[in-house]
Amino acid sequence: MKITLDADKCCAAGQCVLVAPEVFDQRDEDGVVVLLDAEPPAAQHAAVREAAAICPAAVIEVQE
Amino acid sequence: MTTLPIAVVGASAAGITAAEALRRAGWDGPLTLIGDEPHLPYDRPPLSKQLLHGAWEPAKLLLRTEEQLAPLDLDLRLGTRATGLDVATRTLTLDGGERLACAGVIIATGVAARTLPAADGLAGVFTLRTLDDALALRDRLSEGARRLVVVGNGVLGCEAAAVARELGHEVTLVGREPVPMAVAVGAGIGELLAEEHRARGVRLVTGEVAEFETVADGSAARVGGVRLADGSLHPADLVLLAIGSEPAVGWLADPALDTADGLGCDAYCAAAPGIYAAGDVARWEHPGHGRPLRFEHRMNATEQAMAAARNLVAELTAEGVVATAEGTEPQERRPFAPVPYFWSDQYGLKLQAYGLTSGADEVETTVLDGEARRAVALYGRDGLAVGVLACALPPRQIRALRAVVATPVPWEEARDRVRAATATG
Ligand SMILES: Cc1cc2nc3c(=O)[nH]c(=O)nc-3n(C[C@H](O)[C@H](O)[C@H](O)COP(=O)(O)OP(=O)(O)OC[C@H]3O[C@@H](n4cnc5c(N)ncnc54)[C@H](O)[C@@H]3O)c2cc1C
Ligand code: SF4
Repeated sequence: MKITLDADKCCAAGQCVLVAPEVFDQRDEDGVVVLLDAEPPAAQHAAVREAAAICPAAVIEVQE
Repeated sequence: MTTLPIAVVGASAAGITAAEALRRAGWDGPLTLIGDEPHLPYDRPPLSKQLLHGAWEPAKLLLRTEEQLAPLDLDLRLGTRATGLDVATRTLTLDGGERLACAGVIIATGVAARTLPAADGLAGVFTLRTLDDALALRDRLSEGARRLVVVGNGVLGCEAAAVARELGHEVTLVGREPVPMAVAVGAGIGELLAEEHRARGVRLVTGEVAEFETVADGSAARVGGVRLADGSLHPADLVLLAIGSEPAVGWLADPALDTADGLGCDAYCAAAPGIYAAGDVARWEHPGHGRPLRFEHRMNATEQAMAAARNLVAELTAEGVVATAEGTEPQERRPFAPVPYFWSDQYGLKLQAYGLTSGADEVETTVLDGEARRAVALYGRDGLAVGVLACALPPRQIRALRAVVATPVPWEEARDRVRAATATG
């Protein structure tokens, strides 16, 4: 699995961090998403797919 | 196995999310996505922000590219309107007269902008709901400095007023309520925003529109001003009506459906057997709040579409329409019980709210830094804290605030936890 972000579109909702805190974080100053792990281990895949689906700004793209 | 499709009506945030979630939940039968706009699914929140401002072009608003859509194997019907639904047979009627019998239907038709009869056919008066609306207004704003009167001081009116000011236009924000956004977030936060709008040069006016003044412009009548019920006249080159919206349920006439305020659903987002709804159009029984709720928030469109899709597939599995993969347990339907969330951007300020902020009987607003407009507000109902709002707070504090209202807690306990969460930074 490979994750790419279009962070420019991020509206700082923080939903990705709630769903997959090992993979996503937010910048302290403006809340914009930060990718902690672009190729997370299999144990994280379900959470990452959920995060990509739930993001309200279509920021997270997942390639399997 | 059936060859009937699942149809999703409404090809926007909730519709595209539902289509994807249906595939993830295991629906590999035909899948039809029907939308009356000509565009591929696009995102609405930037319409009143980056798009109106000119910072983003329409392509950036696309929710999915063609390549991302391809694996969904959709029968995508754009520019197509659903005109009827027979609930008992789960059969849709489309505007070309086609009848589409379905295994299941998800209704995600959203809401449409409310207008005023007096503005009918009057040039220079705009609404702001669709991409075409936003581009039309942006075109006129780009023609040079103008006098814009925004009618309606809710979230949408405030955001558009902020962008128009940033672009250098003369902006008057007219509201029935003296404090902007007071209905949605209470007077305390509303007053803080009012200060920001005034400081930026927006004229805030309280009143109700009585009529539009017109100027002759060739053959067409063009708006020249807005007259309020108190007789005052506010000259305008452009008028934006931001006076709320109507759920798009006019096409649903089957008496089996309750369309009093959006489409009524149970806790599973089901409006009838095999018929589910999601997004701005859906009113459902939130199990945690014990009353019907309907949100016009972007996050809810996504979350509810995922829930409705999962529950529809679970129902079809129980009916034997969808086979359960060998060795796996069939999925059960689950009540939809989210922590509601919305945000708004005005100038550099970001508002973020969790839980319920309107309909509160108790609101406590704490201004942490008046100049930076940093503030937090707690919303209560019947002695329980049910919502919290942060203005210009750092993300870590905001996530801690979400935890406070994830389920309703006693008011005093929530106050202490809000103080603790916002004590530093
Ligand atoms: C300008 C603007 C700014 C916003 N900003 C924010 C924000 O900052 N934060 C936030 O939380 N929320 C915001 N929102 C709200 C958010 O955009 C909505 O909650 C979200 O778009 C709802 O998605 P939906 O799919 O339920 O409905 P919609 O986006 O309304 O989509 C419904 C679609 O169905 C189509 N349709 C209707 N009837 C039919 C029919 N009979 N047949 C076929 N198609 C039909 C419609 O044309 C539309 O394309 C904003 C909304 C607007 C308009
Ligand atoms: S969920 Fe999406 S919009 Fe929200 S912080 Fe994560 S990437 Fe940004």
